[in-house]
Amino acid sequence: MDLENQARIKEFAASLGAENILVILGGAEAEAAGLAAETVTAGDPTFAGPLAGVSLGLAVYHVLENEIKSECDAAVYEEQIGMMEMVLDVEAIQKEVSSIRVQYSKF
Amino acid sequence: MPLPVLKGAAYALIHAPQMLIHMGTTQSGERYANPDSDYLKKLPQHLREFDACLAYPPNQVFIGNATPFSLNEAAKPWYENPLPGASRFGAFGEIMPEDELLGWLKISDAFDLVMLEESFHTAITAKLQQHPLINDFDLGRLGKSATQAEINHQINEVHAEPLYYQFNLVGCVKRAHEYDQALTAHVMTENLVAKATATIALKNLLAKNNIAPQEIDYLIECSEEACGDMNQRGGGNFAKAIGEMVQAVRATGIDMRGFCAAPVHALVTAAALVQAGVYQNVVVLAGGATAKLGMNGRDHVKKDLPLLEDVIGAFAFLVSADDGLNPIIRTDIVGRHLIGSGSAPQAVMQALVLDPLQSVGLTIPQVQMYSAEMQNPEITVPAGAGDVPLANYKMIAALAAMKGMIDRSEVNSFGEKHGMPGFAPTQGHIPSGVPFLGHARTMMLAKELNNTMIIGKGSLFLGRMTNLFDGVSFVMEHNHGQGAAQEGVSKDEVRVLIAEALRSFAATLLA
Repeated sequence: MDLENQARIKEFAASLGAENILVILGGAEAEAAGLAAETVTAGDPTFAGPLAGVSLGLAVYHVLENEIKSECDAAVYEEQIGMMEMVLDVEAIQKEVSSIRVQYSKF
Repeated sequence: MPLPVLKGAAYALIHAPQMLIHMGTTQSGERYANPDSDYLKKLPQHLREFDACLAYPPNQVFIGNATPFSLNEAAKPWYENPLPGASRFGAFGEIMPEDELLGWLKISDAFDLVMLEESFHTAITAKLQQHPLINDFDLGRLGKSATQAEINHQINEVHAEPLYYQFNLVGCVKRAHEYDQALTAHVMTENLVAKATATIALKNLLAKNNIAPQEIDYLIECSEEACGDMNQRGGGNFAKAIGEMVQAVRATGIDMRGFCAAPVHALVTAAALVQAGVYQNVVVLAGGATAKLGMNGRDHVKKDLPLLEDVIGAFAFLVSADDGLNPIIRTDIVGRHLIGSGSAPQAVMQALVLDPLQSVGLTIPQVQMYSAEMQNPEITVPAGAGDVPLANYKMIAALAAMKGMIDRSEVNSFGEKHGMPGFAPTQGHIPSGVPFLGHARTMMLAKELNNTMIIGKGSLFLGRMTNLFDGVSFVMEHNHGQGAAQEGVSKDEVRVLIAEALRSFAATLLA
C-alpha cells in the first residue's frame, strides 16, 4: 500500500479510534487487495511504510464483497461498480480479503 | 482542410542495467531506507545481459521485428524463450546497449556536464563511429575525455552523479548549479537521458521514413521529465533541444505534459495543428525515464525473475498533411476524460471510448483494434498489478455488453479479437496507447487493418495537485485515398470556375 495512505490511515486510527474505522478497498487484483487488507490489519507486510509492525486490526472489506454491495443503492452500485464487477475476478478478491479479515481484524 | 496522417513511427529501447541499480527510484529508495537489504544484495544476479534483453520477444515487437500478435503464439515465459534471429535494428528503430547511451549523453550535453573517462571515451568513440545513424556533427560533440582523478573529484567532492558500465565507473554528470535543486547532478542526468533517448528515436524516425530534418516544422515533446531552473522548474524546452540534435533548423517546439496521457494529448494537438494548416510536419516524441527502471524489481527478485524493467523507452511520430496513403488521424473522433466525467472506471471508459464513437454513429465492436495501456504483462503480473491490456479489453467489452453491443458471454474473449498482448516496458508514457501506432500504420498501409482506437490514460493524483483522473483517445483509420484525391479535384474545379467567371466577365466587357 502507498506509504502516504498508510500514514493517513494510521493518523485516522489514532485520532478517531480504530474501532470507529472501516476500510473499503478497491484494488483490482486479489493479491494486491489482500496485501492492502493485511497492511491495515496485521501491519505492512513489505515493512516499508508507517504501518510496518503496527497491527491496527481495522475492519476491512473490498467494495465487491456482498457485505458492502448490500449496503449500497442498487442503481448507484450498478452505475459506479457494475462494469468492473463484470471485469474483475470477484470470487478470488472476496476470498482473499475475507480470509485476511477473519485472521487479523479485531473489530 | 487537409486531414492529418501518421506519416512515420519510430521506437527505441535502451538497455540500462547500471542505471537501473543507481537511478531507479525503487533501488535508490531501498538504499536510503534499508542499505543492507537482501534485495540490494541479490539485485546484480537478476540483471540481464544485452543479448538477453535484445532477444526478449516483447522488445523485438516494440521495434517492429515481430507483430504484437506473434506474442500470442510465443512460448512463455517470454524471458526464457528468446526470439530466434533477433536483431538490434528493426523496422521501427533499435535496441541500444548502455555504453552507447553514455556516449549519447555526452553528445547531448550542451553545458559541459558529462565527463567520460579516457579509455571508455576512446572505446565508445570507436564503437559509435560504426553506428549507421551517427554523423560527424554527433561525433564532434563527443568532445574530450576526463581523467579518472577528475571524475572521482567531481563525484566525491562536488556531488556529481556517477555513470557506470558493466559495474565499472566510467564517468559522471556534474551538477549544473551550486545549490539549485532543479539543476542537481541527478536531475541533469535524468534530463540528459530523456533528451538523448528521444534523439535516438527521432534519428530513427528520420532515417527509416526518408524525412529530412529541415522538413520538420514543429516538435512536441511529451515525456514525464521537467527541465528548468529553480525559478521555473518545468520551464522547458526539451522539444527544441532535441530538434537541435538532428539540426531541424526550420522547426520550433514545445513540451506538453499530462503524465501517461501526454503522448495522446500531443498527437491530437499535432493532428489539429496540421489540419488547421498551421504546420505541415509535426513530430511528437519522448525519451524515457531512468526513475522507473526496476520499478517492480522487488517482486521480480522475490519471484526469481530477471529484472525485466531494464530498458529506457523512446518514440517519435510524424504527423503530416494527407498524402492519400498514410493512415488518417480522425480528429472528429476524439475521446476526452472531462473534469466533470468522474473517476469511476465506468465513467472513464464511457468518456474515452463510448462517447466519441457514438458521436459519429459507431459502436464499440466496429473499432477493429484497441490500444490502451500496453504494459508487458510479464512485468506487471508478478508485481500484483495484473495484465493491464487485458483488463482494459475487459473493461471496454463490459461497457459494450452493458450497452447491448455485444453479448455478456463475449466479454472475456473480446481482447482476443480486438486487442493484443502488452509488449511495452513500464515507462509511464511509453506504453500509453502509442506502441501500437507503428504496427497499425504498417497494417493499414498493407490494407490489413481498417481502424484502431489509441487510448492514453494518466494518473494526475501523483502530482498532488488534484485527485482527477485523465485520459484522451482518438481513432486512426486506413486512408482510402479519397482525401488527397478530393482535394485535387476540388482545386481543379476551382480553376474551372475561375476560368469560366473570367470568360463571362470578358464577354460582358466585349459586349
